[in-house]
Amino acid sequence: MTMRKASLIQGNRACTEGALAAGVRFYAGYPITPSTEIAEIMSEELPKLGGKFVQMEDEIAGMACILGAALTGKKVLTASSGPGISLKQEAIGYAAMAEIPCVIVNVQRLGPSTGGPTSSAQGDIMQARWGTHGDHPIIALCPSSVYECFTLTVTAVNFAEKFRTPVYVLLDEIVGHMRENVELPTYEEIKIIDRKKPTCAPKEYKPYKIDESMIPAMADFGTGYKWHVTGLFHDETGFPTGKTDVIDSQLNRLMTKFSKYEDEILLWEENQLEDAEILLVAYGSTARSALDAIETLRNEGIKVGLFRPITIWPFPEKVLRGKLEKLKHIIVPEMNYGQLMLEVERVCKDKVSVSGLFKVNGLPITPDEIIAKVREVL
Amino acid sequence: MRPDLHHLFRIDKLPHIWCPGCGHGIITRTIGEAIAESDLDLEQTVIVSGIGCSSRASGYMNFDTLHTLHGRALAFATGVKLSNPQLNVFVLTGDGDATAIGGNHFIHAARRNINLNVILFNNNIYGMTGGQYSPLTPTGKMATTSPYGNIENNFDIPALAIASGASYVARGTAFHDKLLVDCIKEGIKNKGFSLIEAMSMCPTSYGRRNKMGTPADMLNDLKTSAVNINVAKKLTPEKLEGKFLIGTLHHKPYREFTEEYDKLIDRLRKEDI
Repeated sequence: MTMRKASLIQGNRACTEGALAAGVRFYAGYPITPSTEIAEIMSEELPKLGGKFVQMEDEIAGMACILGAALTGKKVLTASSGPGISLKQEAIGYAAMAEIPCVIVNVQRLGPSTGGPTSSAQGDIMQARWGTHGDHPIIALCPSSVYECFTLTVTAVNFAEKFRTPVYVLLDEIVGHMRENVELPTYEEIKIIDRKKPTCAPKEYKPYKIDESMIPAMADFGTGYKWHVTGLFHDETGFPTGKTDVIDSQLNRLMTKFSKYEDEILLWEENQLEDAEILLVAYGSTARSALDAIETLRNEGIKVGLFRPITIWPFPEKVLRGKLEKLKHIIVPEMNYGQLMLEVERVCKDKVSVSGLFKVNGLPITPDEIIAKVREVL
Repeated sequence: MRPDLHHLFRIDKLPHIWCPGCGHGIITRTIGEAIAESDLDLEQTVIVSGIGCSSRASGYMNFDTLHTLHGRALAFATGVKLSNPQLNVFVLTGDGDATAIGGNHFIHAARRNINLNVILFNNNIYGMTGGQYSPLTPTGKMATTSPYGNIENNFDIPALAIASGASYVARGTAFHDKLLVDCIKEGIKNKGFSLIEAMSMCPTSYGRRNKMGTPADMLNDLKTSAVNINVAKKLTPEKLEGKFLIGTLHHKPYREFTEEYDKLIDRLRKEDI
């Protein structure tokens, strides 16, 4: 691939560019605002690369279809929003349980229900973590710029492949539809990770083997391994089991499989945190308003800093806990009624008080609103 | 089971979980026979199933097997087949799985005429959950959720499949097992969406509640109620009252989805040059 030039593109397009650069060659989905551009661009680009796009009959089918494709060895992605993401939850749980790599881009719109299709929100933070039933692992990444839509989609595909897990890319509508002039990385500059495949003989293959890596190798369908995939509790061989000790050990592996890779998975950004007394914890488009507010407040001599979790799930709690020394207060501005604030509070409240700034009417949180909130707590 | 079929099954996973007298074991065996007689590359064959009694069949078959979600087998299978059209893909599903919760996927997979071999085990009931009425429970019949007799109407599965675009549609029964093998083989040969309705019987959750006698009586009912389509052509409507047709009901090959997609890829590559 040749050098890329700077171009004025929207976040949704940057996601598709990132997906294609990361090696995604299969997309299945259903049209829904404000994520539809991702499907449209994929339908245009994938067949040119020998990949496949299919518009399925519903959201559930879109999610199920990419899982089928992933089992043949393809890197897969789907995108949706609001009600569509709700419909996909059962199959997302299946992907977590059967450990099938896949990426779900959620361009968050105002909810609940049909809500505001063209309005922005950050109301799916907790859904991303616990949207499907039962305990399960999940990774969710949250870009706050068009450039990051590209790089984090690449990262999401890599994480899905490496850790055999569903990974969310959580945009908000503002980031998805915002246009910025960006110079995207060349293909040569991108690190690509492929899933680990078995090297043993088919008879020896254990698709859910518990070993020190915590992530078992995954065979492509059609390569002679003849393995069984199910959403039922299964043993190392993949076949259903009712043995409670086996269920216990497999679920324990599932729930802790990211823990030894936290250095790789947990991503965040800091701004003027060293001497900060007031900390803003913000993500997505809201982090941009937070940065603007910090500039104004710093000019007035008010010591404000930003902690921007890029990996929302698993939440970078140890990292954040390491930043609390000089802090007097934490403010979490978000376009929901405090979903991530609850998490920040859980992590920090024994050391620092936490309050939220919530706005859930489809409009972005402005720098002035953040500035006013900071002044309120001073 | 015929020893020459053993390599197609995971013998170590048997005996199966189905109740004594269930028709599903016979139907699963006919799928194995049809595969054995069709010269398929066994390593390039994938069995996809949904949730329910029928869908447990995948676990007993010695292939890459995918036991999915309730109703979603066809959506998963579409992903498997479209991403790798070289694979022979079978879908094992039940009457509730395919025509209730999975009804949308059923009509759309047929509409795309994607090359899948679908064997729909129809036992007229939700067996796994203990006998609730399905879209194929005949009107008037008893089920745990139709304790006063079912007042709903049934789907005509072959008519539904044909209207939706399936290019091969057939019906067999657990009694007419040789015919069922032939139908599945024809479905394998058909390059498109093939739907084989396999009439099964559920003595535990359906027959018992409707006083249908022993499993052998239920098998006999399948025998006497079925009329081969070739014979039916010579019979009057009065003679066909209360009967159902078996055999190849529809065969009309036309453009298949994954082939069309590959043609699109070729076309774009040529334009690119």
